[in-house]
Formats: sequence, C-alpha cells, structure tokens
Amino acid sequence: MSTSDTSPLSPLDAAGVEAALAAALAAVAEAPDLDALKDVRLAHAGDRSPLALANRAIGQLAGPDKATAGKLLGPARGRLNQALAARTEVLEAERAARVLVTEAVDVTLPTDRVQAGARHPLELLQEQVGDFFVGMGWEIAEGPELEAEWFNFDALNFGVDHPARQMQDTFFVEPPAGAEASGLVLRTHTSPVQARTMLSRDVPIYIACPGKTFRTDELDATHTPVFHQVEGLAVDKGLTMAHLKGTLDAFARAMFGPEARTRLRPSFFPFTEPSAEMDLWFPQKKGGAGWIEWGGCGMVNPNVLRTAGIDPDEYTGFAFGMGLERTLMLRHAITDMHDIIEGDVRFSRQFGMGF
Amino acid sequence: MPNIALGWLGEHVELPAGLTAEQLAADLVRVGLEEEAVHGPTVTGPLVVGTVVSLVKEEQKNGKTINWCQVDVGAHNALDEAGQPTLPRGIVCGAHNFVEGDRVVVALPGAVLPGPFAIASRKTYGHVSDGMICSQRELGLGEDHDGIIVLDRLGFTGQPNGTDAVELLGLGEQVLEINVTPDRGYCFSMRGVAREYSHSTGAAFTDPGLVETPAATADGFAVEVDDDAPIHGQVGCDRFVTRIVRGIDPSAETPAWMKKRLTQAGMRPISLAVDVTNYVMLDLGQPLHAYDLAKVAAPIVVRRAVAGETFTTLDDVTRTLTAEDLLITDSPDGARASRVQGIAGVMGGQVSEVSATTTDVLVEAAHFDPVTVARSARRHKIPSEAAKRFERGVDPMLPPVAAQRVVDLLVEHGGGIADAAVSDLDATVAPTPIVFAWSETARLTGVEHPRERIAEILEQIGCTLTAGEGDTVTVTPPTWRPDLTGPEHLVEEVARIDGYDAIEPVLPTAPGGTGLTYSQRARRSVARALAEAGFVETLSYPFVGVAQHDALGLPADDERRRALRLANPMSDEAPEMRTNLLTTLLGTVRRNVGRGFTDLAVSEMGLVTLPREGAPAAPRLPGGRRPSDDELAQLAAAVPDQPRHVAGVLVGARERAGWWGAGRAAGWEDALEAARLVGRTLGVELVASNDAECMPWHPGRCARLSLPSGEVVGWAGELHPQVLERLDLPARASAFELDLDAVVAASETGPVQATPVSTFPPAKEDFAFVVDAAVPADALRAVVAGAAGELAEDVRVFDVFTGEQVGEGRKSVAVALRLRGATATLTAEQTAEVRGRVVKRAAKELGAQLR
Repeated sequence: MSTSDTSPLSPLDAAGVEAALAAALAAVAEAPDLDALKDVRLAHAGDRSPLALANRAIGQLAGPDKATAGKLLGPARGRLNQALAARTEVLEAERAARVLVTEAVDVTLPTDRVQAGARHPLELLQEQVGDFFVGMGWEIAEGPELEAEWFNFDALNFGVDHPARQMQDTFFVEPPAGAEASGLVLRTHTSPVQARTMLSRDVPIYIACPGKTFRTDELDATHTPVFHQVEGLAVDKGLTMAHLKGTLDAFARAMFGPEARTRLRPSFFPFTEPSAEMDLWFPQKKGGAGWIEWGGCGMVNPNVLRTAGIDPDEYTGFAFGMGLERTLMLRHAITDMHDIIEGDVRFSRQFGMGF
Repeated sequence: MPNIALGWLGEHVELPAGLTAEQLAADLVRVGLEEEAVHGPTVTGPLVVGTVVSLVKEEQKNGKTINWCQVDVGAHNALDEAGQPTLPRGIVCGAHNFVEGDRVVVALPGAVLPGPFAIASRKTYGHVSDGMICSQRELGLGEDHDGIIVLDRLGFTGQPNGTDAVELLGLGEQVLEINVTPDRGYCFSMRGVAREYSHSTGAAFTDPGLVETPAATADGFAVEVDDDAPIHGQVGCDRFVTRIVRGIDPSAETPAWMKKRLTQAGMRPISLAVDVTNYVMLDLGQPLHAYDLAKVAAPIVVRRAVAGETFTTLDDVTRTLTAEDLLITDSPDGARASRVQGIAGVMGGQVSEVSATTTDVLVEAAHFDPVTVARSARRHKIPSEAAKRFERGVDPMLPPVAAQRVVDLLVEHGGGIADAAVSDLDATVAPTPIVFAWSETARLTGVEHPRERIAEILEQIGCTLTAGEGDTVTVTPPTWRPDLTGPEHLVEEVARIDGYDAIEPVLPTAPGGTGLTYSQRARRSVARALAEAGFVETLSYPFVGVAQHDALGLPADDERRRALRLANPMSDEAPEMRTNLLTTLLGTVRRNVGRGFTDLAVSEMGLVTLPREGAPAAPRLPGGRRPSDDELAQLAAAVPDQPRHVAGVLVGARERAGWWGAGRAAGWEDALEAARLVGRTLGVELVASNDAECMPWHPGRCARLSLPSGEVVGWAGELHPQVLERLDLPARASAFELDLDAVVAASETGPVQATPVSTFPPAKEDFAFVVDAAVPADALRAVVAGAAGELAEDVRVFDVFTGEQVGEGRKSVAVALRLRGATATLTAEQTAEVRGRVVKRAAKELGAQLR
C-alpha cells in the first residue's frame, strides 16, 4: 500500500488503522534484511507513514474523538514498534552470525612465526637431578672446572704417586713461566667440589654436585673428553653403607622408574673405603632386562675426612658418582655420544623444555 | 690387564668341571675383580701347522701382488692318485712377511675363525685357494701384529706339519681378561686370582707362594744396596735374591705348554730363560730378571742414578736418567757400581741380556719401592709388566720362592744345574698390625657381623689375629696385602667377602636444606627464558686456539687472547681454555649451518677461564691433613677466575615467512633484546651504549651492555661482516655474550619493594623531536623521563626517521609519554606544564626541536 495515491487515513477509521497495522506488520515480518527493514520502518513508522500522519491528525479532532482516535492509534503504533524492534534483533543476530561464518579461517595453517627454542637435555637432566636431591633436603654444590690438583687428587687421598692418579687421563695446565708445574688440572671428576664443601661447611653435610668434567679420552660413540657427572656426599653421625644403598636406590627410581634398583660390587677408589662399583637394574636393556654399570661409590675414606678437618671417629660419610651422559643415553635410548656434544639443534629440539 | 686361562688357574685352586669363563667372571666380580673381556675359544674346525713349500709372487691387474703358495699340511694334504695325502694345498695369500720354508698356521676349509669367519675353498685371483694362512689378528690372538704368523718366530719349533694349532696356540681354551684395581697388585698373578676365586666360592686353594727355600749362603752373588736418596724416606730396594743356574743348553726349547700359556697371557715367547722368568712372574706375581752370568761382575750395586747418566734399555732406547731413578749396576774391572744393568723394576739393558750362547744364568728376584718404580716407569714412559706389578705392590716374601721356581724350571727344561750359592739381601719390614674394633664393620656397613665371622674372613684373606685390648683385636695383614693399612680396609674385606648384598638399604634423613641457591635458580630462569624466546640450548667443548681468535678478529692485545694453555691438549690446534663463549658457540653455529639450518637461534651457558696476570703455580700440599688458612689462600690464588657466561647467536630469519607474509631477518636488535631478556628475567635493566667497538661485532651495530652501576657485563649486536665471511656464516648474523655471574650478582638486591598502583586515568602526550643524528635515542628518552618527573608512568621511543624533511645530519625521534597522578586525576594545566617542561629541557640539554 502506498501513501501517495490514496487519501490520508482518518484517525477515526478503525478498519483503516487495522488494515494499515496489518500491512505494516506483514512488511516487517517479510523484511529479509536490515536494509529492507529500514525501508519498512520508513514506510510504516516514518513521519510520512499512514499511521504517523493519522496520529498527527488527532490534534485537529474534537474532544471526544481525540480520545477515541488516541485509543485506536496508540496501541497500533506500539505493536508496530515492538514488531520492528523484535525483527531488528532477529536480523542483527542473523547478520552477526553471517559475519562470523564469512570470517572463518583455516586453523590448520602453521602459526609458528618464531621457531621454538629448546633446552639441552644434559642441562635438563642436571636440573632434574638437582630437584631430586633438593627434595630430599640435600643442597647442590658447585666448584671450578679448572681446579687445583690438590683438590682434584691429594685432598681425595690420591697421593702424587698413587697409580689411580695416573689412571685418570688428566688434562694438565701448562706451568707459568719459571715454574715446573702449574698445579692445575681440568677436574677429572666433580669430587673436588666435595673436598671444597667439606673444608668450607660444617657437618652434617648432604650435597650433590652435578657438573662438567674432563679426561683425555678421544671422542667416540661412548666417550667424550668433556663430560658431566653428578656426585653425592653425605657426612653425618651414624651413616653407613646401608644409607648409601638406600640413597642410590631412591635416586635410581627417580631416574629410571619404580622398577629400578642398584647393586654394589667391590671395587677401589682412593677416596672411599669400602668402595664399590654400582650396577643398575635396567628393564629396558637391549636384549632383555639386566644389570649395567652406572657409577662408583663407597664410604668416605677417613683420610679424606681428616684432610677436611672432620674427625673420622665421630663422623662417617658416603659418596657416589655417576656419568650423566651415560644416564642420559640409557634414559633416552641415545646411541651415539656425538649427538649429545655436537650442538645440532635437531637433537635439543627433541627434548623441548623438558616435559 | 691380566688374562686368566682357566687351565692354568686350576693349578692353584679347585675349579668345578665345565667351568666357563663367563661363570669365572661372575665369581670373580663378586669379590671385586671385574671382567674386561672373554677371549676364545674362538677357533673351531681344522687349524693346523703347515710348511710353505713353494711361494710364487703373482702381480695382479689391480696393482696388488699376491702369493700363490703350496703348503704342506701333513695328514691334511690333498690326496694323490694312490689316495695318500702327499699333495700340498694351494693357498692364495696377500701378506708378504714370510718366505718359502716358513712354518705357518693354516685354517682349512671347515674352520671358523673369530668374526665368525668361515673358511671354505674359493676361487680367487685365478686359483682355487684351499684354505687360509692366518695372522694373529685373524685368530684373535692380538691386534698389534701385522702379517701372518711364522711359528718359528713365535718360538714354536718342531711341531710336524698337520699338528693341531688350536691346541698348540691355546685357542681352544677360554681366557678371561680381568680388570685389577690399583689396590690389588697381588691379583696381577695366578696366585692372587686363585686366592680371590677361593674367597668367592670357597674352593680349595693351595698357595704356591708358601714354599720352603734355601737360605742365603756366604758365597752368594754379592749384592749391595746403596740408596743415598730414598723417596719419602723409603729405601728403594729392601730385598734382593739371586740364584745361579749353570750349564743350560742354549738350544733348549721352551716347552710348548709354557709358550701356550705365555701366548694366552698376551706375551711373546722369546727364549727359555726369558720365558721362564715371565712365566713365573705371571704365575706368582714376582717380576724377575735373568742375566747372562758371564756378563755380570760382582758386586751388583743397587743405587740411585746420577742426574744426566744415560742407559740404553732392552728396547734399544737410550734414556737420560735422573737422580730419582733407581738402578741395578754391576762392577766390571773392579769399578764398583760403574755399569748400569737396568732401571730397577722397570726394564733391563742389553749388556747382560741372555743370548743364544748363554749357558750360565744369574736370576734376580728383588723387591723395590713402589713409588720409585712408578716414578721411573712414568718418567721414561715404560709401562712394563714388571713396573705394573711393583708400583701396585709385590709380596716382599716372594723373591726367594719365585727364584726357586725359575731355578727349578731352568734345571728341568734347560738341563742346567742349580748352584748352591744363594744371596738374599733382606731388609723387609713386617706389615704393621692394625688395632681393629670389632664394632667397626657395623659402624661403616650397617651390618652386625658376629665376631667369629669377622675373624674367619680376616684369617681367610691371610691376616693374623691376636687378642687386643677391650673390644678390639690386633690384625696383622699378610705380606701380599700392602693396601691393608687401616681399620676401614679390613671393613671392606669383611664386607666384600661377606657380600655387599647383605647390606639392607636405608634412606637417610637429611636435616633439611635451603633449596637451590639464588644463583642456581637465576640460571635456570635465564636458560628457560632464552629457550622460550626461541633459542636452542647447546654445549660446546671449551678448547680454543689462535686460529679461532684470529677468525674473530681479536686484536693482538685483546684480553680474550690471554688464555690458559693445556700441557696435553686433545688437539694442538686448540690447546687453550676459552675466555669467552662465542668462540666455541660459533663453531656450533657453523656446524648447524653446514647441516642446512640457516635460520637459527642457539645459546650456550658455561664457564670461561680468565687467567690472572702473574698468578703463581698452585702449591703442592699433602693430603691427610687440613691445610692451613694460608695454604688454602695460596690454592685459591692459583685457581683462575671462571665466571659463568651466557651467549647466543642468531642467523637467518628471526620470524619465518609464511602464509602471513614475509619473514623478518634476525638483526642486531634481536641479539640485543635477547641480552636484555637475560637481564629482565633477573630484574636487571641492562643499559646499552653506542660508544665503543668490540670485535667480533660490527663497529656500528654493537651495543656495550652495562649494569645500572656502570659495570660492563657484555656485548650484543650484529657480527662484523669480515668475521662472518671468515667463518663462512650468513651475512647479518648477530650475537650477544654476557657475564651471567655479574648480572646475577647485580640482581640479588633483596625483595622488590612495591609502589602502589594508581587507579586515576592517564594522560598521554606524544612528542616528535628533531635532534642531531648523533644524539642517542635513549638519551632523549632519559631527558623526557627526567623532565616529566614523578608523574611519568611510562616513556617510550616509538619512531625514528631521517630524511629531507628533517634535514642533513638530523633525525626525528618520536617519544610517547604516559602521565598519571598518584592521588588525583591530572588537570589539563598539570599536563600542559609537564609538556612545556619536557620541550624546554629537551631543547636545552640536547638541542631538540619540537616538530
């Protein structure tokens, strides 16, 4: 219905108002989108729409007619506005939904503008080892890698002429001008940290020392001249080999799972007496579960305690050490040392942040 | 390390029938003798003695010459028309160390050699090769001999062709190689290993070291010990026994069984006298020496060398001696101690070597100070079998026993006659008794052993026990156990023989620690932060050399060239300890780039070694006592500083190209940001400045990084193009390196003291200043911040540009300032006042003009 070619709607024409409202509601309901609805609003609720014009005409009516017309037009216009609002809401919701559809992306596209970094597994392992011992109330001790021979050997009961001192394949530092020897070596084990700790701390002592160590081994699939160890040392009243075994078993479980356990075999180290080699029960061993060598250990030699100024009659201690590369290789089925030492990013990336 | 042949071991200890080397290894490892390897039986099938009856050299097209040999292998020869084995076998052989007439070892078709390698007739080089002439390596007898075995050269003579060589060479028997720890010198003998086997299994052991021997006689060969320079007060020789055997047939052969055992032990048969001394050494553990009696002039004098004296050892090397070397000398022409016969316990000389004409032999069985022998062996690099044993300690009661065995064997197999004259210079000291508290084993092992069990074990290993005071017992160790010097050693004996498995594990309760140290936590955070920022953590060897310093373009006087050198580096190209991480980290980068990874970010955290100018050598101090504070200070002064550094290198794209568009190449700013990230992680704002250059960085794209205190802690930026070219790395690669310890130390400032957070609205002011191009952006930022004062919440440089509109030598720097009041909303007047102050101050201090 158009307003231009018909006479204006009388505000008292109940049927006419009803018809105009019906036409308007139909147009609202049929408006397919918000643009169409805008036109509908203009045509049926705008200033020039029949209902608006009729409403405006109420002013010219006589008193009683005014009230009649008002009762006729007020609700009609109210219903139209309600319908418009409701339809607007529906169409807006539809439009919003359509926009979301058109904005859809392929979420399978890569998102890694910056390549992920990663930690080196040996560093991660040292942190894990540290966490284990800290969890037991131990502390993590550290020391220099280039060390005085005295701390690396003499303090640990390796006398100058002890055959074991020759068996360590030691890197020696060139003597300074005029001197016969520098008295310095690259530490062959992390044990000098134990010596330093015993000299600088009061008993009781419960420490673990992870760190870098050096021996003049050629690099091959299972050896490297620069490697890592973790050693543990406990000095207290009443410590025995039973405590050593208990600690080793707990550490083995932390590293290799609940099935892991350790076994001791007699051996020799100058800084421990009794001394033992330690085997690990390794369920994942190639060719079937079995024992494999994991490290060395023993009760701290009284001479070592004396060197640190600790009375060996009052205190006893135990110490142990194992290679971290070996531990890493066993845990992660690494078969070639080169992978650990070469710094190829593909190797570290396999370990991510360590989870 | 010693090879244990089962048959030989069984002469001293009862072995169960069918004992395998694997079982023996399991039995021995329980008491501390570890398996090194099991050798053999490695050869099965026909392996026989043969004689090369003809040898024709044939040159091949490939340039090789082969030998076409006819080998007579006795009963294994090919059959003639009459069905008799008379036809030698034709065998092709590529080795050239033998000639016609030599007796060799032939593997016939059907034999299996170590590998396993099955022998069959095969066509090769135009012949049918009907077997193989074997080398030691092929038979698993050793690695160090090239070429094939010529039996006569090994001392195997007289066996007819066709003799079973498996038996002859002992290849049918298993040999267990064990690893002997330094405290168990006595296990460098069958005697010692047999004893240990008995400890492990309870098998009956007969000690071949406890044999009656004749006493010294007045006419024994004169021996004197003249030690004027004992080491640690220990006279170099405390026992010297001599025996004489006369009339030995110089052509007498070493019996085949002895040759076989020597071969199994890894020694080469040489001559009867030498073989016998070696054999007895292997059996009992006592090193021995046989002299040609005719070439030794009494008296023998054991003395220290005169510094500079020279001596040619058996291996034909002339050695310059030092005053510490202990010598065996004799006295030709009455000149006492004038001629050197040997370095005691290490190696003899050629003067009196037993030769093909020797008939009278002087046998020496002595006991030398382990330290003296160890030092000489080390000094002259002669790790001889004798030295190996002496330096670990030999039973001082063995010399007369071992000498008697040598005499007996020379008489038996050489047809000699034992001389009645015996000399035995004996200054040995009995082992020192140990006062041992019965409770000591429980104190150290946690296992309550009954006293009877402790006594039983100690007596089993050869100790003598006598009642001690109170709850102690006095234990005298046996003479072959010089390692048993204190109660803890006796505890180990009890524990190991009782078995370590008897110890029940108990987890100790530590008193409770303080967790990781601040610095340990800080390092973990930094490592994690860098990894999260895309850096891949790596580790590199800390060894560097001049070539690497040169590649980095370090100036000749650069501090980083002042590195500690190793006396025995892995490589002469890299004898120094790194003074910075970049040098070695760049090696890691090169490796990765070489493997095709051209977009990289790698990091490393590790120690560097910074030698102190004029640092003294570390003092030599004894163990066993606490050093004085002064001595500890001397040690500390000698050990160089080893700060922990962190470094990173970026190559190629920092952000990769992708569906989102172009990538972004890593640049100086990424290296700088990574360095700042390290600082920020630790709560330290690192200050970058433009005012210095440092190789290997690009002089115009390098930041010197300082702590707020002004202490320089590192560098970051793009690497110098020439350095990149020399290292064959992609252009624009960037890097940083920081003294992490210094940053960590600066960060340890106690808990953060918080400022209240204002909830009033901010006021934002942007400035565009034109300044001289040389004015650092950060200087402008600092001036703005300073002028804005307390109200400034954030000041940030957000744009820089140059161009015609700002003029030659000038640049435009845009700074965003965010202001906020602590107690009230800022008024327009307050904001305007700040703005005015900023503009005025920037103009005054930096000549900045507002655009």
